[in-house]
Formats: sequence, C-alpha cells, structure tokens
Amino acid sequence: MIPPAFDYATPKTLREAVALLGQNPEAKILAGGHSLIPMMKFRLASPALLIDLNRLDSLAYLREEGGWLKIGAMTREADLDHSDLIQKKYPLLADTTRMIADPLVRNMATVGGNLAHADPANDHPAAMLAYGAQVVATGPKGERVIPIDQFFTGPFETALAHDEILTEIRIPAPRPGSGGAYMKVERKVGDFATAAVAAQISLGASSSCEYVGIGLTNVGLTPIKASKAEDALKGQKPDDANIRRAAQLASEAAEPASDYRGSEEYKRALVKTLAVRALRKAVERAKGG
Amino acid sequence: MSTHHVKVTVNGAVKEADVEARTLLVHFLRETLGMTGTHIGCDTTSCGACAILLNGRAAKSCTVLAVQADGGEVMTVEGLAQNGKLHPIQEGFMEKHGLQCGFCTPGMMLSAVALLKQNPNPTEDEIRWGLSGNLCRCTGYMNIVKAVQYAAEKMKTQ
Repeated sequence: MIPPAFDYATPKTLREAVALLGQNPEAKILAGGHSLIPMMKFRLASPALLIDLNRLDSLAYLREEGGWLKIGAMTREADLDHSDLIQKKYPLLADTTRMIADPLVRNMATVGGNLAHADPANDHPAAMLAYGAQVVATGPKGERVIPIDQFFTGPFETALAHDEILTEIRIPAPRPGSGGAYMKVERKVGDFATAAVAAQISLGASSSCEYVGIGLTNVGLTPIKASKAEDALKGQKPDDANIRRAAQLASEAAEPASDYRGSEEYKRALVKTLAVRALRKAVERAKGG
Repeated sequence: MSTHHVKVTVNGAVKEADVEARTLLVHFLRETLGMTGTHIGCDTTSCGACAILLNGRAAKSCTVLAVQADGGEVMTVEGLAQNGKLHPIQEGFMEKHGLQCGFCTPGMMLSAVALLKQNPNPTEDEIRWGLSGNLCRCTGYMNIVKAVQYAAEKMKTQ
C-alpha cells in the first residue's frame, strides 16, 4: 500500500515549520509517522503536505529542569526505554513506554506524536493524565502551556490550533516517596490496549496519599482522567479497602464500547482489576520497593 | 505531489534517485534499487518482514518514507555477509534451523543484529522481547532464539 500523493517539506527551524503549517490548512506534521503513515495508506488521512520534524534535532531531549522533567516532542520512545533517569525516577513512564507497540516501532515513534495524535487507544495520554503533565504548544505568537487534562478534546482531537505544534511535554518531577505504574492488557505485542490504567502516587509523612493521579486508556472516546477515584484516595492511607474503592470508581469513570477486544462489562471489570494492580504497584514503588 | 532527490548510503554504497514523496523506503529498496532481500509482509507496521537498520536502529521500512532516509545510512540483509563470508547471525539461522519458509528471516536477522549491538549477552527473555516486533508465521520461534544465541556466542569470540 502506498499513501496518496502529497507534498513534503523539511523545515530547518521550528519557526519555519510553524509558518508552513499556518500557510497550509491541509498540512499535517510528520513526527515518528507510525500512526500517520499507516492511516495514510488506509486513506483515513490524506494531508496535502507533510511537514517533517525529524530533522529538527533541537526537539529531541530529555532533561530535568526547575522541578520538571522536560521531554522534547521528537524524543523517540526508545530513548525513554534506554534512559537511566526514566527507568529509575519515572517508573510509570518507563512502564508505559515499554508497552507501546514493539521495539522497532519504538525506535521511530515519538512521545509528542503519541500525544498529539490523540488516539484514545494510545498509551502516553493516560500516563500523562496520571502525572498531571503539561504540554507546550508553539505557534506563530510563541509558546503556550496547556494542562494535559485540557488537551484531549475528542477522538483524535486536541486543544492545539491548526498552526500550533506540540513541542515539549513537562512532567512534575516526583518528590521522594512517589511511585507509579502502568498496567495494560493487550491481546498480543503491538496491539492497542483492551484497557489500561496508569497510576501515580506520592505518599505524605503519615503514609497517606498526598498526590493521586489515575488515567485510563482505550475505554472511552478520549483518554480519561479518573478524578473521582483520585479524590477518593487523596488524603487516605493506601490500604486494600481504599485502593479497591478507588478502583471501583475508576471503573465507573470508564465509558468502554463493546468490540472485538471485549464487551463493555468485561472492559469495565478489567479497568477495576488493572486499577487495583497499578495502585498497589505505585504504592510499593513509592515506598521504595 | 513533490518529487525529491535522495541520496542514501545502502550497505556502504551511496545510492541516488528521484522519488515521489510518498515512496516508502521498502519500495525504494526493492523497486528503485532492485534489492529484494527486504520483504513486504503485512504492510501495516505489524510483522517486521521489512525490518532494516536506519542509521543503526532497526525500523520497519514499510512505515518510513524514502525521503526520510535522505542523507542517512541503511543496512539491509544484503549487507550482512562480508567478502563472501556469512555474518554470525546468518550462520546461526543456518546452523540452528532458524528458518522454515524464510519469509520473515531477513527482518528477523536485522532486528537480531540491532539487539546484539545493544545487548551482546541477551537472555532468552531479552531475545524474545527484542524480536517481539517480528512475526514468524511458521512459528519457528524456538529455533530463531537459538540462532540468535548462536550468533551472540560467535560474535564474542570474533
């Protein structure tokens, strides 16, 4: 399968990329291309122009700065896979990256693309919701920061204006006593989640939960932030009863549709089970386990 | 529809051609350059039959545009053997019966080469994980793992 014909540009600077995007209403940004190119082959997308960011090395970085982990939008999934910082300090992100597609895809696929594509089946959105991340959008007037819980506006739709490019992701650097985990059920390597749950927790001095973030993958039209479940656990001790109550609320926040991956009931039950496991693992890691 | 002049170093030799923007790297290799060792399987980023090394990293060439490889380096299965001598991974597949129909083999070998470069002493689990983007429909995974283990051993003594 060959994609429909299109024009192709490799801007030398971010400013040039933003200008090109503004001038071409039918243009799309090419990041890793591992969602977009298959969609083009299937004629689900037929942009008139692809603006390739792969030559903008300045958009590929990973650093802690001013209390944030800053990830350049063109950072490859494989770079997270191979980063000691991510593996040690950001276990939720490490778990998530490892579950995205397969190692070959991860060599090309980018963190920014995974978010900007806004497929509710993608894995990073739930993790970023759990972290309480922000994204930076760069447009003709400069940068603006969008909290991740305001970013996903519909299936494959985001708060980005047409002439804005997602350029950076910011994750609050977790303080000591934090941990997270991503639990995903997929039918096979490379499949989208039947359901998945991201959890991030920070424990306070009395071992109660100071911060709780819970995100759900592929159980609704957008990635879902399970706010009621978060609120139920906040300020509470993460004991079994409280974790189970939060997981129940997470499954109630899910809006899955029955399909070939499972019935609505099955997916809801799956969310509950995965939420219990993700929260338990997050707590274990927060305690240094 | 734009056409572009691309210059790609394939297995050490510089290759140039004019291609349409929509030309996929796998078609550039197979049709423009006539190098048919790289196979097209699923065509949808699932099976890994089209795996090549792009600037040293394994990638699925059915999901990369030829223009994206401009100025870069590609290694295909044709680049594994050197001076008539098989690469250890090719020897491994031969010795350990790592192929049946052979369709997935080029992609498997390129993925394995990338894995061994990163991790010269992989455990069986790490080999299976490293090759999880490559499918063998003969389901000959046992012997494929053995072939990679053979290559790992062989490469240590070279």
